[in-house]
Formats: sequence, C-alpha cells, structure tokens
Amino acid sequence: MFRTSLFSSVRVLSRAAPSSLVSSRLTAYRFLSTETRSKLEQAVKANPVVLFMKGTPAEPQCGFSRAVVQILDMHGVPSEKMQTYNVLADPELRSGIKEFSEWPTVPQVYVNGEFVGGCDILIGMHQSGELETLLENNGVIPKIEVSPEAEQSSPVNDKVAA
Amino acid sequence: MPIDTIALEKAIKRAIPVTHLEIEDQSSGCGDSYAIVLVSEAFQGKTTLARHRMVNELLKDQIAQMHAFSQKTYTPKQYEELQAKGSS
Repeated sequence: MFRTSLFSSVRVLSRAAPSSLVSSRLTAYRFLSTETRSKLEQAVKANPVVLFMKGTPAEPQCGFSRAVVQILDMHGVPSEKMQTYNVLADPELRSGIKEFSEWPTVPQVYVNGEFVGGCDILIGMHQSGELETLLENNGVIPKIEVSPEAEQSSPVNDKVAA
Repeated sequence: MPIDTIALEKAIKRAIPVTHLEIEDQSSGCGDSYAIVLVSEAFQGKTTLARHRMVNELLKDQIAQMHAFSQKTYTPKQYEELQAKGSS
C-alpha cells in the first residue's frame, strides 16, 4: 500500500516537474528509474508475447522458466511473435521487471502489453484452456475451427473410462 | 535467514480467512523454496492473477528471501469441487 501511494505521487510529478527532479526523487526512494520504466513499457509492448525468464529458451536456467517456454512452445507460439529476455544477463532488468510488474518472481509473461502471470498461472491457464483462448484472441496463434465432421471421423478412443 | 513454514502460515492466517492451507517445503530443508495450496473465502470473485497478487503482497517479505514460490489458490467451493473430482 505504501508503495502504491508513492508510485502514484511519482506519476503525478512526472507530468508536472522537470525530469531531473523526478529522477532524483526516484533515486532517493530507490525506485525504478523513469528510464528503466519507459524501457520496460516499450519492451512489453514490442512483441505480441514477451517472456522474462532465467536463461534462454534453448537453455533455460530454472525449471519454472523451462516450464513456461515449453507451454508456449506447445501452443505453437511462433518465434517471430515472441521476445524473451534473460534476466540473469542483466541485474537491472532482473530487479526492474519485478517492480514494474509488481510481481516478485521470474518468469513473467506479457501478451500484447498485458501482464498474464508467472509459471503457476500459465500452467493453470494451459490446463483450463484459457491460455489457448487468450493467445487466439490476441492473434498470436490461429484459431482452430473444429468441424463436426472432423470430430466424427476421429479415431475411436479405445481407452475405457475407469 | 531461512523462512520456515510456521512463519508463512502465520503471515497468511493473520491476513485472510483460511479454510485450508498446505505448505510444502520443496527446498530439502534450506527454506528457500515453497509450494502452497491455499483455500480462502477471500478469493471469491477474484481472478487467479488477482489472487496471486494478493498472496504475493501478504508474503512480500518472505518471498523476497526465497528462490522459488509456487501457489495454488481456490475458493472453498472450488476446492470442494476439486476434491470431489479427484476422489470420484
């Protein structure tokens, strides 16, 4: 609550006051610098899907980051629509993104500039089908039309329900 | 300073009504990795993101000292349904 109130006063200041004053105030409170904040604002909007993670998709450095990479991959998120940032390569980014998103952990996923969540939320949304809908509605992946014929012609499931 | 499950439990129960709480230490004892299952009326009408933000906020100091923190959040009704599904 303390943090929110300070942030809102900073926002008001940034409109009215010269930037030098704002940045010195921000430094004094050890908050995210205006520069970092605007960089992050641009970064989360620069691509349809933006992932802040530990390591890279090819070499994740943390199981939670790996899980998120795998989930996005499973949904066929094309690489040209996704940008990943390795927070381990940039200490400023690592602390900055936590504050920017007001989220204490990494990985973090943004879709069209909106914060979606971390690993737990992505897994939950994957299981419930919400993630697919979200990615489809945001034009990240194409919608799959399920025609009644396709459903009927699908092979009979030989598994027996318990 | 490692976090213990009692500190986490206290911090949660102090802040919101708790129907059910499981805290699992996944760190093999060093206290830097936890997974929780939390059932509370306080989650009623809130999205998963809002629930997680709420828990993140009330465990802010503890999470800052951990390496990993994982949470599942349910309303009492959701949790009942989940239990029913699991046992059928």
